[in-house]
This record gives sequence, structure tokens and C-alpha cells, in this order.
Amino acid sequence: MSKTQKKENKKNHHAVLPKTPTGITGLDEITSGGLPLGRPTLVCGDAGCGKTLLSLEFIVRGATEFNEPGVFMAFEEKAAELAANVTSLGFDLEKLQAEKKIKIDHVHIDRTEIEETGEYDLDGLFIRLNYAIDSIGAKRVVLDTLENLFSGLSNQALLRAELRRLFHWLKEKGVTAIITGERGDGKLTRQGLEEYVSDCVILLDHRVINQISTRRLRIVKYRGSVHGTNEYPFLIDEDGISVLPVTSLKLEKPVSSDRVSSGIPSLDKMLDGRGFFKGSSILVSGTAGTGKTSIAAYFASETCRSGKRCIYFAFEESPNQIIRNMQSIGVDLRQYVDKGVLKFFASRPTLHGLEMHLVSMYKLIKQFKPATVILDPITNLITVGSVSEVKSMLIRLIDFLQEEQITVMFTALTLNTIVSEQTDEGVSSLVDAWLLVRDIEYNGERNRGMYIMKSRGMKHSNQVREFVITDKGLDLVEVYLGPDGVLTGSAREAQLLQEQTGEVLRDYAVSRKDREVIRKRKVLEAKISSLQTEFESVEEELNKTYQEEELIKQVAEKTRHEMTHLRREGKG
Amino acid sequence: MTIDKKYELRLYIAGKTAKSVAALHNLKKYCEEHLKGQYKIEVIDLLVQPQLAEGDQIFAIPTLVRKVPEPIRKIIGDLSNEEKVLVGLNIRPA
Repeated sequence: MSKTQKKENKKNHHAVLPKTPTGITGLDEITSGGLPLGRPTLVCGDAGCGKTLLSLEFIVRGATEFNEPGVFMAFEEKAAELAANVTSLGFDLEKLQAEKKIKIDHVHIDRTEIEETGEYDLDGLFIRLNYAIDSIGAKRVVLDTLENLFSGLSNQALLRAELRRLFHWLKEKGVTAIITGERGDGKLTRQGLEEYVSDCVILLDHRVINQISTRRLRIVKYRGSVHGTNEYPFLIDEDGISVLPVTSLKLEKPVSSDRVSSGIPSLDKMLDGRGFFKGSSILVSGTAGTGKTSIAAYFASETCRSGKRCIYFAFEESPNQIIRNMQSIGVDLRQYVDKGVLKFFASRPTLHGLEMHLVSMYKLIKQFKPATVILDPITNLITVGSVSEVKSMLIRLIDFLQEEQITVMFTALTLNTIVSEQTDEGVSSLVDAWLLVRDIEYNGERNRGMYIMKSRGMKHSNQVREFVITDKGLDLVEVYLGPDGVLTGSAREAQLLQEQTGEVLRDYAVSRKDREVIRKRKVLEAKISSLQTEFESVEEELNKTYQEEELIKQVAEKTRHEMTHLRREGKG
Repeated sequence: MTIDKKYELRLYIAGKTAKSVAALHNLKKYCEEHLKGQYKIEVIDLLVQPQLAEGDQIFAIPTLVRKVPEPIRKIIGDLSNEEKVLVGLNIRPA
């Protein structure tokens, strides 16, 4: 709250209308500081829209957080009833009254008890209020619901004059006041109180659309101050009222280049090897049963493993169901829940309206301060709002989360209906990364293929991976890219087998050829040796003849020589 | 102490305004006429005793409160209409 006060002080320097912080979550933000100081504010709305609670919280917060005592003048409920009504919010009115921090004065007006004759004024009320203010030094006053005077008294003209005097008197007294009024036909209040209270008018609304109720708050006017003009949803829960300023007009969010792992190493590898950007938004979409929740659970588990906190908003399954189911793929979320780093919030989308979901998420996130938020699945929200409403809600959620540097993962179911495809489209333009998990039906079986549709600001794989879920967990397997296109599942396995067979066959063929060659060589070698032998024998034959001739020649020579010799011996 | 009085009336005023004076004057007149001896009037000036306003649920001035007999009845205004006052105080049946 000190922040608000600081902000207010700063404003004061700029000579802007001084304001009183209400202490109501969110209201001070949209009024940029609170209600006009020392002036009356009108809070109007239908029955049951939270006027009394808002004004009572204003008093209680003033007393407990800003040290500003307050007077609550109740025209409708008795003090004891009021106290009982707000004990569930942790407001102890009895104690605060005993400590003289607040004073509750019940003004009982019963027409049956009252007779009017002649002239009168409301000095009694003024005196009572004055006394109550002075007795505790009140800075804040609530008149709830002043219009009850009109039902109790018949002299309307006099009442109006007195009310005008009352508001003057309140301003002079310098108290910051809230006056509540019932909403009338075509007017803000039944009795036209807005004519008297011209500084600040807040309209509360409680609308039921498609059987789902949403409370909304709008600042109709705030003289001399800038303020949010939209309708802001608000929530009444155990901490009182929270208003959510849902649209941040600026796109001036801090950005981080830190990375967070998705918990699936092979997915990180596809994302430039390092995972998602911190504070980015990731959409995981796919048809039923493609493993979106498993991806989300992996991400949650990875966040918790690295010692950070995670909130898991489940709109479809109960926490125990998710924990059990994830155990079957080897993710133990239970340990993180027990450690208090993982929080599950399961609610049916139809529990509240969209805005309510947003407000309650906002609150939980503010409280728990997680590093990662998971919404599983956002598609179910369509049941409580139209496509554009869901989109605007998600824009605001993403805005908020980015401001807080929280990484968010949405899962979305794609159906073959036009509506959901639109959501897909609608959200996809907002998110930073979009993973698409698809069924690939081929050859009598369904397999999961995953690819990254987009991932802003990083290099990412353009390939389709087969997304395999086993007992051990998730993995992304490269698909088989063959001449017949992309193959997955058993077709991929078969193709791989076929390749292996081919290799064996080829090996076999090669070895047979080798043997053939060896054999042929052997045959040739045999032939060569036989020819050699033949050649040798021919050669020998030839040699033999030649030697014979030589021998004959030698013998003939010898014989002739001997003959010659013999002839000489005969003469002599 | 006051049990013997049949009517216990309390008139709330805020200072001596014309309305307050008129109311007190009228009240005394009617009482003397119709309830002589059986009434008691207590006048409370809220400017002096503002803390008493809450107890009797006073918001208009002047207010006449009939404490006894029960039930409590309130008449606001300067009591200028005698008929209404007498009916309001159950002195005269409506």
C-alpha cells in the first residue's frame, strides 16, 4: 500500500485532486490513487452487487491499514448483522468498534412507527453523524443506503433539500464519504442521488450471461482525475473485494533473454538448443489425446526441479488425476506438490465467468509468485464465453504475466469445428511460441507428430518430429524421410528394418561376387599352368629332335673321321 | 417512579428553533387537553446530548417518541396537526 501512497504523494506534487486510498485491491489502481479526499463518492448498483461490502471494506481498510477511523451509517442492516456478514472476510467489526477505530450506527426507519405532522428537518441525522464522527475522529464516512430515507418518509421535497444540505455538510466536515444507492430505471440511482454527488460515481453491476454471473465495476465519472473507463470485473472472496485492472494499455513490458528448459531435451534442441524464453507465452495445441497435458506436466516438473514455483490451472482433470496419469509416463508431480513448489488449481470453467477466472488467477498468481503458469486447456473456457471474450481474457492474462516475467503455457484442443479453430488462430497471434501436436494417421495406426509453428526471436527447427510417449517419458524422434514421404510409428520401424535387410542382402551379394572372382582366378591359373606344362613338353620335344640331329651329326662326323683315318693306315 | 404515569413522552429537539418551540408548545397544549395528569414530557436537546440520538433512532427533528405505553410510536414534525398527533399517540382511535 505504501506504493499507492507514494504514488498519491507524487500526484499531490502535481497539484492533482488529492485522493484517499481505499485499500481495496485494484480499485486504487484504476482510480489512480483512490477516492477524492474529503468529498463524497456515490457507489450505485442493483441489489446484491456488493455496494455494502465495498463501502464497508473502505471503512475497515481505512481503519486497519491507513489509520483513518471511519463511521458506517447503515440504513439497511443492523450493526450485528453487518458484523456477522463480514466475519467470513476476516473483518472483526466488534473489535474495531471496541478499539474506537470504526463506529457503526444503524438508522432504523420504519414507516409503520412514524407519523409525520408539519414541518421537520433531518437535523437528528446530522447530529448523530456529527457525534459519531467526532467521537472517534473519523476521516471516512459511509452512508448505506441513504435512499431508505425515501421509503420511510413521505415529504420528498424536504428530503431532497436535506440531502443537498447533507452533502454540503459532509464536504465541509472534510470527510471522505461513500454514499450507496440502488440503481433505478434508466438512472444511476432510484432517487437521482447522482445530482448531488458530482465528484465521483462508481457503478457496480452483477450480470448473468449464459447462467454465469460476473460482477463488474465501472467508474462513471471522476471529476478532476484521470481514471480507467472500462468495466472491470471484480471478485468477492475471503479477502474482500479485488478489482482487476485488466487491460494494460501500454506494450512496455520488460523482456528477458533468459531461457527456460521445456523439460524435454529433444524439444529444447529444436528450440535453438536452449528452450523457451523466460516470461514468454507458449501455446501447445493439438487434437484429443495427443499428449498436450503431458508436455505441460513435463514443463511444470522441470520448473519445480530447478527450484522454481509453478501453478497449474486445470480446467478438465482433477489434480489427483493428473498426478496419477503423469506417473504412468515417469513424471512424479506429487513430490513437488508436497514440497509446496507446485500448486494445482482445478476448477470447472463453468464455475464462474471468464472475468472471474481471470481475477481469481490473477490473485493466486500474485500470492504464490510462480515462475511458470500452466493453463490446461484454454479451450474449455469457450463454454463460458465467446471466442472474442476468451481472446480478450487471454490477452490480459498474457499482459499481466509478461509484466511479472512469468512463463505461461496454454494447451488448446483443436477440433474440427470452426469455433475452436478460430480460438486457435486468435490465441496463436498472441503467443510467442506455438507447438503443434498432430495425429498422423497412416497405415492403420495413429502416431503423434510435433512441430514448432512459431517461436519468436529464436532459431528453431522446421522439422516434424515424431512425438513418442513411453513409460520412461516423452521423446521426440526424428521421423523417417524416405522416398515415400514422412513415415512415423511402425511404418518408420518397418522402413528401418527394410533398410537393415537390404544391407544384409547387399553384403551377401558382395561376398558371392568376391568368391566368384577367386574361383575364376583359380580356373585361369589352372589353365595357365596346364599351358605351361604343354609348352614345356613341346619345348622338350623340340629339344629332343635338335639333340638327336646334333648327335647324328656328331656320330656321322666321328664316323667319317674314323673312316678317313682308316684309309690312311691301309696305304701305308 | 414514573410507572404511575400512563403516558411517557419524549421530545427530541435541536436548539431553540422555530420548529422545536412550536412542537413543544403544541405537545403541551394537546396533553393538557386530553391527558391531564397522566403524562410526563421529557425534552431532550440533541445539541446538548447528541449521544442520545442513537438510542431512540432519531434522524428527524423534532421527533416525539411515545415510550409508554408500548409499542413505541414516533411522530416527526412540529405537531401542528392535532388530529394526527392524537391518532399517532393512540389517544384517539383512528
